[in-house]
Amino acid sequence: MAIPADTKWKDMPLGGMVPEPGTSEEYQTGTWRTFRPVLDTDKCISCLTCWILCPDSAIIVEDSKVTGINYKHCKGCGICARACPDKVKAITMKLESEFND
Amino acid sequence: MAEKVALTGNDAAATAFKQVNPDVAAVYPITPQTELMQLFAGFVADGLVDTELVAVESEHSAMSAAVGASAAGARVFTATSSQGLALMWEIVYIAASLRLPIVMATVNRALSGPINIHCDHSDSMGARDSGWIQIFSENAQEVYDNIFQAFRIAEDHNVLVPVMVTLDGFILSHTMETLELLPDDVVKEFVGEFEPATNLLEVKNPVKIGPLHLTDFYFETKRAQVEAMERARGAILDVADEWEKLSGRKYGYFDEYRLDDADVAVVVLGSAAGTAKDACDQMRDEGVKAGVLKLRVFRPFPGKEITTALRHLKAVGVMDRSCSFGLEGGPLFNEIRAAAYDTDLKLTGQIYGLGGRDVTIDHIKSIYAELGKVAESGRIDPLTWFVGVRD
Repeated sequence: MAIPADTKWKDMPLGGMVPEPGTSEEYQTGTWRTFRPVLDTDKCISCLTCWILCPDSAIIVEDSKVTGINYKHCKGCGICARACPDKVKAITMKLESEFND
Repeated sequence: MAEKVALTGNDAAATAFKQVNPDVAAVYPITPQTELMQLFAGFVADGLVDTELVAVESEHSAMSAAVGASAAGARVFTATSSQGLALMWEIVYIAASLRLPIVMATVNRALSGPINIHCDHSDSMGARDSGWIQIFSENAQEVYDNIFQAFRIAEDHNVLVPVMVTLDGFILSHTMETLELLPDDVVKEFVGEFEPATNLLEVKNPVKIGPLHLTDFYFETKRAQVEAMERARGAILDVADEWEKLSGRKYGYFDEYRLDDADVAVVVLGSAAGTAKDACDQMRDEGVKAGVLKLRVFRPFPGKEITTALRHLKAVGVMDRSCSFGLEGGPLFNEIRAAAYDTDLKLTGQIYGLGGRDVTIDHIKSIYAELGKVAESGRIDPLTWFVGVRD
């Protein structure tokens, strides 16, 4: 459980530490994104290059297949789209303003 | 029984650290601090302490190593001067914000430029907003006594704020004086077993130290840090009382010398306090009711207490061994003036001793003479001036 957003200063953990592990899972960093990687599962060959390189572990893999992208944590850096092999190019970076969600 | 010895200020500091026997020391040389850590390294080599001595590649790394070791639950100290403190800068703030009870000896030396190796307080004064407690020393005995107290204040779980103990470069660091050492077992009991409040290596209870705080939490964390510094005020006095019971030497936020019935007084930090007391005695012999307030604790700043101690005076000179460019007078003068805003206190400021320029009894007597004019006329003009510069 992350520190609640309405925590008062007297209740802050010492030195602003995070008193338990794994809380970054709850921290939404996807809102920082300018470009959104869009996966075409028909083109994807599941080579997993993007999965290896993604700095936010935001490539979703099920049964050794790339099935999607975790938009809650993806910051839109575009490494996945660049790393996707030239003959495949299954990931396209699109401006967030093109989406309504 | 206390033992009387002759030591330099650096040796007095190294000896105090030896008796504390901390877990980790981060070491990087810089004049005039170098000798302090060199002496301590000798104690390590001779097996007199159990300290892990980490020789790092810069002061930035020294403070980083200190932060890492302290966050891992070790009792840590380091020492520096001038440019070394400047290079540590960003980690000095981080140590305080992470609430790590690191103790650092700062051997005061003028900041470049021009490059200079001698004493002034520009290094410590630059770090006055870093969140560290700052304790100044007049002589080797105070250096020795302040170091033990620093560990107790920093490590108090109601405080957990790092402490800087300062000594004037060369004037104290390299000058031999007599002082009393307390026996190892006595100071060991005074300092006590270290009980860390953070332990990065505790695998059963993993924590994250130093995470990102944006607009959501930074303000609350800083507010809590302000409060910790406020709580240090009580801890400093409590620890001083305990130390007095052991050593017979009294400490507080400041020391008052012939101040009770004085008409004029100077406020001073560090080794120049000794010179000021001699000047004060000579003024008394000449029939002037002079006094001295020697400030020991600069952070947290005891503004109310200083103003109360000075309120009966007709004129006061606040002596600064550093300047704040673009602001009239030095930092100590301006802080005392702000604290005295609601009083009728007649305050003036003097900047002296930059880059190790000698400050003599005659210099301080000249300040008392000017204060006499203020006392007589009730008029302050000029508000601030320089003492000992060629003009």
